[in-house]
Amino acid sequence: MKIGFIGGGKLAYALASGFISAGLAKADEITASCHPADLVSAEAFKKLGATTLFENQPVVERSEVVIVSVKPDVVVPALQDVKELAASKNKLFISVAMGVSTGTIEKVLPKEARVIRVMPNTPALVNEGAAALSRGSRATADDAKVAAQLFRAVGTCEEVPEYQMDAVTALSGSGPAYVYMLIESLADGGVRCGLPRDLALRLATQTTLGSAAMLRNGGHPAAMKDNVTSPGGSTAEGTYHLEKNGFRSAVIGAVMAATERCKVVNKLYQ
Amino acid sequence: MSFNLGFIGGGNMSTAIARGIIKNDNHPVSKIWVSGPRLHNLQHWKDWGANVTTNSGELVIQCDVVFIGVKPGVLSEAINDCLPTVTPSSKNVLFISMLAGTPIEQVHKVLKQLPIISNVIRILPNIPMTVGAGSCIYAIDNSITQEQCRLLENLLQGCGVVEKIPEKLMDSLGVLTGCGPAFIYIVIEALADGAVKEGVPRAMALRHAAQMVAGSGQMVLQSGKHPGLLKDEVCSPGGCTICGVTALENGKLR
Repeated sequence: MKIGFIGGGKLAYALASGFISAGLAKADEITASCHPADLVSAEAFKKLGATTLFENQPVVERSEVVIVSVKPDVVVPALQDVKELAASKNKLFISVAMGVSTGTIEKVLPKEARVIRVMPNTPALVNEGAAALSRGSRATADDAKVAAQLFRAVGTCEEVPEYQMDAVTALSGSGPAYVYMLIESLADGGVRCGLPRDLALRLATQTTLGSAAMLRNGGHPAAMKDNVTSPGGSTAEGTYHLEKNGFRSAVIGAVMAATERCKVVNKLYQ
Repeated sequence: MSFNLGFIGGGNMSTAIARGIIKNDNHPVSKIWVSGPRLHNLQHWKDWGANVTTNSGELVIQCDVVFIGVKPGVLSEAINDCLPTVTPSSKNVLFISMLAGTPIEQVHKVLKQLPIISNVIRILPNIPMTVGAGSCIYAIDNSITQEQCRLLENLLQGCGVVEKIPEKLMDSLGVLTGCGPAFIYIVIEALADGAVKEGVPRAMALRHAAQMVAGSGQMVLQSGKHPGLLKDEVCSPGGCTICGVTALENGKLR
């Protein structure tokens, strides 16, 4: 599939690599437009074997699917560049910009263009992304299928109604930050109890990864927790400490606060 | 079984157990004895048709199975009171001790004063045994036979769940089953308070709070599902249930 990236930055690069590895596109089918000052990204794309340019129009002309991966505040200006193109009609545009609604994008593109919006997250860079997509008013089920297939090359991808995007952003978009805080704190705890930092950090990281991996095959996290918690043991002591200090409440509140903030910030891009 | 069943101490817990036994016809009330220092506190036993006495010794020589339902601090005194009446030719007794926090070994030490052979099963009952929805956990030592265990279980069947556990768990599990009803009563009352605050008449609120708690307990017991999963099944996305759950977590209920 011929795939183009308007905004060839880190995420675009990760996606492109993922698509190539998954056999969804050949390197020479990929085109990316990079910011003129971003020579590092341009270099990276070139190394992949993709075509890099500094203009947006050729990206659309050379591709069947166009991924819009510029920063949210640049989305509308970047798409203004391509809205008059004949090639923009009848094309699937997939935006990964946080907080920019399909409505906003549809307004700036020709009315025949189809839009899908995807909220990816940073672990896409290591093929462990958690993405969610929403269809714009004209995107078809096939478009959704294509988009999902692309994003499954770098992790998981679910379809959601657009009104859920703020919560998705707060959970899987921001989630890595919360998890990094958990990992760092686990490591701090280890160091506090006598472990060397590098060991503590490796253990914390692998434990977090492994715990999540165990849930992949189903199972309820509460039941998994029980499986680790022997009567009167150290785990019970540790989890009790977390409960006492309102751990669950803090995490629930984080997602709620981030969702609210999303709603506020998104109004700026509308 | 037509043995004589006795209760040394006819207070709240003895009453709850007896009520459960009588309600389920597990033992003829005419063959039930109770002893206590003040007869007027035992009026309800008399009304049931049980044999009432202030002489615990009399009860011990009449009965084959005796529940000890006095406060731990007065165990020695209660057994001392039996000494004048109990003789070496009195029958052996299976004592069922419901003394909280009192190990079997310690009960034996006190019972040694009696000139008869006594066996001890330690139980931790709970008040809902009164209505057939109770928990009675029990522990034994090497001298107790399977038959004696079965006797206890048959006697208490209909009072709720009866389960043998290792004695070392009596305190920790016992606090859950024994004290737990008080914690849940608070929850029920608070739920009703909440509903009243929102305009529901008190009696209606209370009745439904209690039924809902009972139902939730049954869901856990009968479904075999993890309570975390059951909770998820009630919480629709962005709905009012998850709002309430969040409030509980914020209030550090766990």
